[in-house]
Amino acid sequence: MSVLVFAENSGGQFKKATFEAVSYAAAVAALSGSELTAIVLGTIAGDALSALGTYGADKVIHISDASLNTFEAHATAKAIAAAAEAAGAKTVVISNNYSGKALAPRLSVKLKAALATGAVAVPTADGNSLTVRRTVFSNKGFADLTLNSDHKIISLTPNSHKLVELNKAGTLSTLPNPVVAADFKAKTVELKKVSGKIPLTEAELVVSAGRGMKGPENWGMIEEMAELLGAATACSKPVSDLHWRGHEEHVGQTGITIKPNLYIAIGISGAIQHLAGVSGSKVIVAINTDKEAPFFKIADYGIVGDALEIVPKLNAAISKFKAAN
Amino acid sequence: MKILVCISNVPDTTTKITFTPDNKAFNKAGVQYIINPYDELALTKALELNEAAGGGTVTVIHVGAVDTEANLRKALAVGADDAVRIDAEPTDAFFVANEIATYAKDKGFDIVFTGRESIDYNGGQVGGMVAELLDLPMVNVINSITLAGSTATIERDIDGGREVVHVDTPFVVSAQKELTEPRIPNMRGIMMARSKPLQVIAPSATEKRTEISQYQAPQAKAGCKFIDANDAESLIQLLHNEAKVI
Repeated sequence: MSVLVFAENSGGQFKKATFEAVSYAAAVAALSGSELTAIVLGTIAGDALSALGTYGADKVIHISDASLNTFEAHATAKAIAAAAEAAGAKTVVISNNYSGKALAPRLSVKLKAALATGAVAVPTADGNSLTVRRTVFSNKGFADLTLNSDHKIISLTPNSHKLVELNKAGTLSTLPNPVVAADFKAKTVELKKVSGKIPLTEAELVVSAGRGMKGPENWGMIEEMAELLGAATACSKPVSDLHWRGHEEHVGQTGITIKPNLYIAIGISGAIQHLAGVSGSKVIVAINTDKEAPFFKIADYGIVGDALEIVPKLNAAISKFKAAN
Repeated sequence: MKILVCISNVPDTTTKITFTPDNKAFNKAGVQYIINPYDELALTKALELNEAAGGGTVTVIHVGAVDTEANLRKALAVGADDAVRIDAEPTDAFFVANEIATYAKDKGFDIVFTGRESIDYNGGQVGGMVAELLDLPMVNVINSITLAGSTATIERDIDGGREVVHVDTPFVVSAQKELTEPRIPNMRGIMMARSKPLQVIAPSATEKRTEISQYQAPQAKAGCKFIDANDAESLIQLLHNEAKVI
């Protein structure tokens, strides 16, 4: 018996979300004393594979065919299903990012597996069942979902599991590529990678701003704070509806749900839909002119005042802090 | 195009979420239900695609009990041609997906639309499962779609950016915010919806693979520590020394 983890790579390198999935899968495997196998698809840079052992993989299966460098849910699911069979895995763990969201449902049908998406904690085992805590109602609650099928798939919300160095062997083997050209049914014709910016869904620190900024011309100080902290930028729904910022920055119930270590909300009052998207953040700072703003009810730190005056002061303090540390 | 749009019934976005005292169920008392906002975008885009092409049909399908029919009527008022309700409680994603796939498999739909996820259980599973059950390609979290003949050009979100893909019908897509603006039904649409067909189908014997054993409300925060605006700089030291996040 084995647990399989999809160790997704981006341009041949593994990201933190992948290591989180490996660490988490190692904890799932430990529940039943199983070994953990990682499946890697496509071309991998240098000795990047060795890190998978570090985070808990006993074995690594590599299907190195370069056609698998492109993610296509139909084709990728087929490759992972082949690996699950080769490893004798009944449980599969993947990251709940955009590709994981496309992949998990397809894979669950292929493997006849029960699926829990967006897990935020290590499951508990009861006989052949696993019970997994996940967020529901867009972060306004949690549900413990019991997976009853023989096969199970869990997708892990990024920033939900601490990395643990287990220094396992990560013994490498290869598998022939089961995917053929006809499996790539949706053809990627153009990639528009955002360069030089931290993707919001992966960010540990997020600086977010709302209508309290008074206009898009004032966003320079928000960008500056994000750059000083190494944070991603985000915004509220009204700001994205007014086209002050792009929709890809809109966090909230109908936008992106995030759970960074630090969320700084500047000039956002905190409508219930916005709070739903960010309430999973570990530490929340709210800056608002209205001391009755709902954001202060879920914030850890609050400053009552005008964002346009406070943000430059904070930026100066961050510069000083960064210089000293 | 012959288009199927999958509709979910969800609590209004302003709902304060509470659970029963034993934490076994979601407290439905006084909750207003709406069409899942992402599904509303899917429906609107399906109508727009057919309007641009000058023809086609849009069927909405929903798995739910009779009390959800008001939202199916709303979908008809927005412009769908007909509606299908599978008469069962939607408690498991595979159950819902298999019911939809069983209905759709011999109907010859060119496009199946879902929302990115429902805003209540946030599973995001049904679209991908339907695609796999019908052996169709699926493109999720799409921002735009245009059709040229049977080939669609779609822009979707990916980790760290966006991509443009080409896919031939039949296929499955899931809608998200940027795709379009939701259409509000007008009086004529509401009148017409009353006489549009709404078919009720008994569920097949699909297995359920998951069940919710317990709910939990999020832990209340300890309280907000206020920092004087004149001393705003001290926040940075607190974030470093006390919260240890920078």
